Amino acid sequence: MSGDSDIARAPSPFDVERVRADFPILSTTVHGKPLVYLDNAASTQKPRQVLDSMRRFYESDYANVHRGLYQLSVRATEAFEAARCKVGRFVGAESCGEIVFTSGTTTAINLVAHGYGGDHLGPGDEIVLTEMEHHSNIVPWQMLAGRTGAELRIVPIADDGSLRMDEYERLLGPRTRMVCVAHTSNALGTRNPMRRIIDAAHACGAIVVVDGAQGVPHEKIDVRELDCDFFAFSGHKMFGPTGIGALYGKAELLEKTGPFLGGGEMIHSVTFDETTYKDPPHRFEAGTPDITGAVGLGAAVDYLEQIGMDRVEAYERDLLDYGTRLLEEIPRLTLVGTAAEKCGILSFVIDGVHPHDLGTVLDMEGVAVRAGHHCAQPVMDHFGLAATARASLALYNTREDLDVLAASIPKAIELLG
Amino acid sequence: MSELRELYQEMILDHGKRPRNFEAMEDADAESEGYNPVCGDRITVFIKSDEEQVSRVTFQGKGCAICTASASMMTEALTGRSLWEVEQKFKNFHDLVTGNSDRDADPDADRERLGKLIVFAGVRDFPVRVKCATLAWHTMLAALERRESVTTE
Repeated sequence: MSGDSDIARAPSPFDVERVRADFPILSTTVHGKPLVYLDNAASTQKPRQVLDSMRRFYESDYANVHRGLYQLSVRATEAFEAARCKVGRFVGAESCGEIVFTSGTTTAINLVAHGYGGDHLGPGDEIVLTEMEHHSNIVPWQMLAGRTGAELRIVPIADDGSLRMDEYERLLGPRTRMVCVAHTSNALGTRNPMRRIIDAAHACGAIVVVDGAQGVPHEKIDVRELDCDFFAFSGHKMFGPTGIGALYGKAELLEKTGPFLGGGEMIHSVTFDETTYKDPPHRFEAGTPDITGAVGLGAAVDYLEQIGMDRVEAYERDLLDYGTRLLEEIPRLTLVGTAAEKCGILSFVIDGVHPHDLGTVLDMEGVAVRAGHHCAQPVMDHFGLAATARASLALYNTREDLDVLAASIPKAIELLG
Repeated sequence: MSELRELYQEMILDHGKRPRNFEAMEDADAESEGYNPVCGDRITVFIKSDEEQVSRVTFQGKGCAICTASASMMTEALTGRSLWEVEQKFKNFHDLVTGNSDRDADPDADRERLGKLIVFAGVRDFPVRVKCATLAWHTMLAALERRESVTTE
């Protein structure tokens, strides 16, 4: 299938050069070469619109939120809460209150593990994870299992990097309480069949926590259509600032979730005898939040909505197809993660060249990729690898970026192989 | 590419591809595992020594070219050295790759102190690769100090 036809079907053409012009860093150089930024699964760059919104907010609307009676604090609170609603609408939440601001995906998952898992799991209960999870969707559950006596069940992956759905369905049982799964694998690019996973979990009474960090920046997410119970994601991977992210939770589940961190902002009243807590989402936002970060995330959402996630998805699919074809032509290169359903992640190894050495050579060509285990050591273990090189795409990447990548790899092979 | 050639000198590429003393040692007096969590490199260093002298060093594991070559050349450089000399070599090598040596003031002095190991001088221009070059050395020290494992973090 030609990717060009996908773009032709979109309502109006996706103008990547116009998008690139919004990102100041993309016109910089590294080692005297134009920057080719292909580490978007780690973090994305920021458009002027996000940077400007944060600057404007600090310059004209900034104060602490939810406490000042003065006008500036009212304005800041309105901006902060408006950002919450934008984020909620963007992922299809039913109400603004189903969005909890966190510092990122990791904190969001820890919040669920601690605040929900801690009260609802006991000895013998089972938590189902997959072999492709990022460490941030493994370690909080291991810690929870250690505290509660619950047990982890791991769904294996197939050699193309897809989830073994037969094994998943076999692992589900009457003791399954939670299923914790990545929407999209950061190390392999696999897009999981979320509806099937979620429906099967619900059929046995389990709730589903989705690590959505690699999904939200690349395709339209609708949490109600997915029917997931919790959905965690990060601002900095979707063109927003660092230090802000969100947890979506179904209202009735957030109600049943206890506080994670204690402090100001999250209480209704405090005496030394007893403290009562606010309702969600503020129950989970102890201390002064990253107010400006939230405003910046709201601006990132505006930016993506203005482009249209359908167009982003179609454009990136075309890029992925193009990049896959280019890399497949390079002798001694093996792609790791070749599932039929993938997002723009190209993980690969080269016979005789260690990913770390490759990364250094590519860096000298201005190409930024990640080389390592991608915080997914069980994935590396599955393939018997210590590390892979990973090029991960975003909406501002071009076919030319992939040409530079593909042309640089043989140079590394020549030097090192 | 000139900086890269400086980093990946022929001798480094050769030891990276064909590491010397690359085997486990059954009768080692000390061994330790070194791990670099950033890239997943993991090596084990085995040492045969008495209270005064290192008589043999071997290693096993998986690493990048810099890491493997550094381990390989370290095993050669330390064989037959007194414990005091081993400590000095560690310090000199560390200074070389972190750019703390006085190479520019007196290039011959470094060459004299380090011998063949001078080929790692290019590492100092690649700060993110310093840990690759020093993993084996830190692991070796840990083994001598009877620590079971070391990480570069």
